[in-house]
Amino acid sequence: MTRMALLAFWSHWRRHPVQFFTLIAGLALATALWSAVQAINAEARASYAQAAVQLGVDGTEILTALDGPIAVSQYVALRRAGWQVSPVLDGTLRREGQSFRVLGVDLLSSADLPAFAAPEAAQNFQAADVLTPPGRLFASPETAASLAHLPDLPPIIETANVPPDVVLTDIGIAEQLLNRSGQIDRLRVMPVQSAGIPPLADIAPNLRRSTQTSGETDRLTDSFHLNLTAFGLLAFAVGLFIVHGTVGLSFEQRRAMFRTLRALGLPLRRLTVLAVAELMIFAVIAGLLGLAAGYTIAGALLPDVSTTLRGLYGVPAANTLHLRPEWVASGLGMAILGTGLASVQALWRLWRMPLLAAPGLQSWAAGARRTNRIMAVIGIALFLAGVVAMVLFDGLVAGFALLAGMMLGAALILAPILSLILRLGARTANGPISEWIWADLRAQLPGVSLALMALLLALAANIGVGTMVSSFRLTFTGWLDQRLASELYVTARDDAQGAAIEDWLTPQVDAVLPIRSFEFSHAGTPLFVYGIRDHATYRDNWPLLAYTPDVWDMVASGTGVLINEQLARRSQIWPGDTLTISPKWSLPVAGVYSDYGNPTGQAIVSLDALLSHARDVPNRRFGIRVAPDRVRALSQELQTRFDLPSTALINQAGLKARSMEVFDKTFVVTGALNLLTLGVAGFAILTSLLTLWSLRLPQLAPVWALGMTRSQLARLEVVRSLALAALTALIALPLGLGLAWVLLAVINVEAFGWRLPMYLFPLDWLRLFLLALLAAGLAAVIPARRLYRLPPSDLLKVFADAR
Amino acid sequence: MPVKALLIAVLMALGTLTQAQGFAGLGTDADGFATPQRGTDLQFPRDHGPHPDFRIEWWYLTATLTGEDGVDYGIQWTLFRSALAPTEAEGWQSPQVWMGHAGLTTPTQHYFAERLARGGIGQAGVTAHPFDAWIDDWQMAGDDLSDLRLVARGDVFSYDLRMQADGALIRHGDNGYSVKSEAGQASYYYSQPAYQIDGVLHLPDGPVRVTGDGWLDREWSSQPLAEDQTGWDWFSLSFDDGERLMGFILRGAQGDFTSGTWIAADGTATALPHGAFQADPLGTTEVAGRQVPTRWRVYVPERGLDAQVMALNPNSWMGTAFAYWEGPVSVTGSHTGRGYLEMTGY
Repeated sequence: MTRMALLAFWSHWRRHPVQFFTLIAGLALATALWSAVQAINAEARASYAQAAVQLGVDGTEILTALDGPIAVSQYVALRRAGWQVSPVLDGTLRREGQSFRVLGVDLLSSADLPAFAAPEAAQNFQAADVLTPPGRLFASPETAASLAHLPDLPPIIETANVPPDVVLTDIGIAEQLLNRSGQIDRLRVMPVQSAGIPPLADIAPNLRRSTQTSGETDRLTDSFHLNLTAFGLLAFAVGLFIVHGTVGLSFEQRRAMFRTLRALGLPLRRLTVLAVAELMIFAVIAGLLGLAAGYTIAGALLPDVSTTLRGLYGVPAANTLHLRPEWVASGLGMAILGTGLASVQALWRLWRMPLLAAPGLQSWAAGARRTNRIMAVIGIALFLAGVVAMVLFDGLVAGFALLAGMMLGAALILAPILSLILRLGARTANGPISEWIWADLRAQLPGVSLALMALLLALAANIGVGTMVSSFRLTFTGWLDQRLASELYVTARDDAQGAAIEDWLTPQVDAVLPIRSFEFSHAGTPLFVYGIRDHATYRDNWPLLAYTPDVWDMVASGTGVLINEQLARRSQIWPGDTLTISPKWSLPVAGVYSDYGNPTGQAIVSLDALLSHARDVPNRRFGIRVAPDRVRALSQELQTRFDLPSTALINQAGLKARSMEVFDKTFVVTGALNLLTLGVAGFAILTSLLTLWSLRLPQLAPVWALGMTRSQLARLEVVRSLALAALTALIALPLGLGLAWVLLAVINVEAFGWRLPMYLFPLDWLRLFLLALLAAGLAAVIPARRLYRLPPSDLLKVFADAR
Repeated sequence: MPVKALLIAVLMALGTLTQAQGFAGLGTDADGFATPQRGTDLQFPRDHGPHPDFRIEWWYLTATLTGEDGVDYGIQWTLFRSALAPTEAEGWQSPQVWMGHAGLTTPTQHYFAERLARGGIGQAGVTAHPFDAWIDDWQMAGDDLSDLRLVARGDVFSYDLRMQADGALIRHGDNGYSVKSEAGQASYYYSQPAYQIDGVLHLPDGPVRVTGDGWLDREWSSQPLAEDQTGWDWFSLSFDDGERLMGFILRGAQGDFTSGTWIAADGTATALPHGAFQADPLGTTEVAGRQVPTRWRVYVPERGLDAQVMALNPNSWMGTAFAYWEGPVSVTGSHTGRGYLEMTGY
């Protein structure tokens, strides 16, 4: 009997290959997007974890000073009190337009770091060479390659035990490379401490003990991964609509077969087991296919994700993908779970199916009103919960709660709203045909509402994310124009050459603006302080977000400081407050400027003020104000006269182009996921319409019998689908704009530290609207064509079967 | 581990050091380090302090102790200095590296701890007068060398002892110039072998008040071992009749080199020439995966000494970056007494 049943099951799929394909493809698509996101997240997290181990910060407790760097004497005081701590100097080395994170550690107290302790390390270097000048730099092969051509660096030892973009070296070497003699940024607290050592508060009351994993970077990257996960879940949910539609269809079409099997004596339990087994086999097949596709997608997106993570957050991230059990398990699990979820309704119907009674004519509208009311209530509740979360709690999680509430709530309210619109529309109906059309639309709604929800979510996400990215891009472009006011930027080989270049340029150009900075530390994170010469370039162009009336006079006289938005938001200091740059140097904040794409804190003071508070500030970079038509000639002359490499001279246009390139790369992932989600939603509409198709014959046959032609009916099918899609797209617009607002004003502030103005892009909406219509139209064309070509006898059969 | 390689390199003074022999007459070796010169008069308290132009140096205290509970204990406190270059500089730029070892031995347990520190920043160092030798929170300090407080701490043990010397400093070899091989490698070497000690040991089971005898060794050099020498066995023994013996064997592929100093009860020291001091292993114990001789016959025929030396705890293994055996011993036979044994290169 079971064998017969299996054959019957199989014959259905043999006769419906498209349905089979749809089911597998829908599930595979959902799994692919989900597992791609998971793979990217897993890879990035593995990179962080590895880097944490390599840098000795995996859950290690650290000590940081609240008021600047830690003095060596304080480190010694701790050691002499019995505390086993290890010093770390953490800074950025900039050479020839490249920057590297330099980590200086005391080799003797850091022998636990993998770069020093790995078995192969012993062959790589002699400790004495590392400890004495010129010392040694430890870097990954990739980083070593980009360091190789830079002059005046110690010999480099390649090791896989240092994360990318990081240079590990002895603290004695690092303090000289970074020009930060005698400074320590943090102390690692060794896991084993002697018994009976005095409490920290007695020896170093100004030091704060914390676990490094709770640091700033973690919070930032967490938000990035949360972002991706949210996207992955959205795509998965949309994919599930497809599966739900297809499974529903296949069960609906097999009702007769199931009844026959039951009548032949197949127990209900076995039938159910077979149905579940069938679904699970599909889930596994589709899951595996989805994993393969997800792996490919992730592999293609990972380099851009790494660029984003490195560029925006300054964290190391790998470029290559590994097959990791956690995301394979998560992908397959989601496929199986998703199939189960999408099939619950169909299985329930199967279980409840009366054995002998023929199915009554399905009345779509029955019960729909009650369902609508429940959905509307839940939807509004979700909406409100999101808003309440936002009001009650601060921060990223609240932002995401608001997003989730908005999206889910809107999806649930969609059907009730559409139904309401249709009911209102029905009032305008004049004549039986239009009345029938309105009524039929409403009757059809429950069947396609899931697909429409998918479309709504995909469209809203597209509008929201698109608005966010485009607003960001517009702001960024404007900001670049303001920020990069100089026509030419030049980098000298050393300070002496810098001075020579400045002397030579001064008489022949409008202005030479030195770009000089020094790294301080603020609340345990690096703070780059730039010293500027008072000039109209800054007064006219600098992008200030908030400022006191005499902002530039304050900066010029050394009595005020400008800080970037990230620092202002992170430390909650705004004009009127005071910034402590070093224990001996505090200045009132005169203004806050926007500073996109920079993970660290930055401040601007007058050059004289900087030079009186910092020693050996490099003087190698200059912005040159000169008539645009002289740029080319001037840079050629500079290059030959001072024997500069071509990389030492960058014109404004080139720099802008490069910045925009980095910017665009950052959002490649978002764009790709966006497009894929929309594609999945289109597919969902197709499957639900196909599902409805066979169920609709009994509804269409009477209309046909009353005199409407098949071509009229077919045309109406397409129009109906277009109308529903158009209504959904209209509802998606405010939802998408709400989403964009949350992204720009809440999520961005939390994740990146800057708030962006929101711009509207109606042309993009129109494009999306047409795209939605196209998807819905295409999806409706297939069943409409079928209807058009349907032999009248099939329509007649509906009446022949009538009971 | 390279740090270990560093320590081994400087402590065992391998390879390049022996090649530098030819420069010994000039007072420096090829790398610019000073080399010991025969006939140099040691000056105190100056020479209690560090000699940064020499490659290696140590302040080495061992003590045999008895608790109020009647149990025998031993402690070790050592500060090593090793120079990567023959200079001194401020801050992290200093080429001086310091290493501390502390051991505490009971008849059944052996505890040890290790500290590493950079010179130049004050984390470790020695001043001659008032005397202060420290690394992290470990310290041997007092107004001068004859009255010291000794402190060290590991994660499960610590000790805090008071040491008072009741005798003169002993200069080993030729007035402090101690030859280490037939090829002529040498070090400066003096000792204070007669400390009276009392204080407290903090063991995992609780504190124990102890009294006993301590022996401080001071040695510095740039080339203590010959190329073929693989390790040493070093004895410091205090006999019940008031006499004392320092003797060592430097084990070499081309034959062992022995040396020692016989210290009379009145503090008169006599150098024992190569071959006068002898020691033969009588039995070994497997410690840390190697066979280590923990029972010895020690004899100095010209002094009528023929005795058995036995480890209080055969497992006195210092599992530090540079690992070796170091522990208290008892003496029976022609003489009786207690002492310390150090064995490296097993």
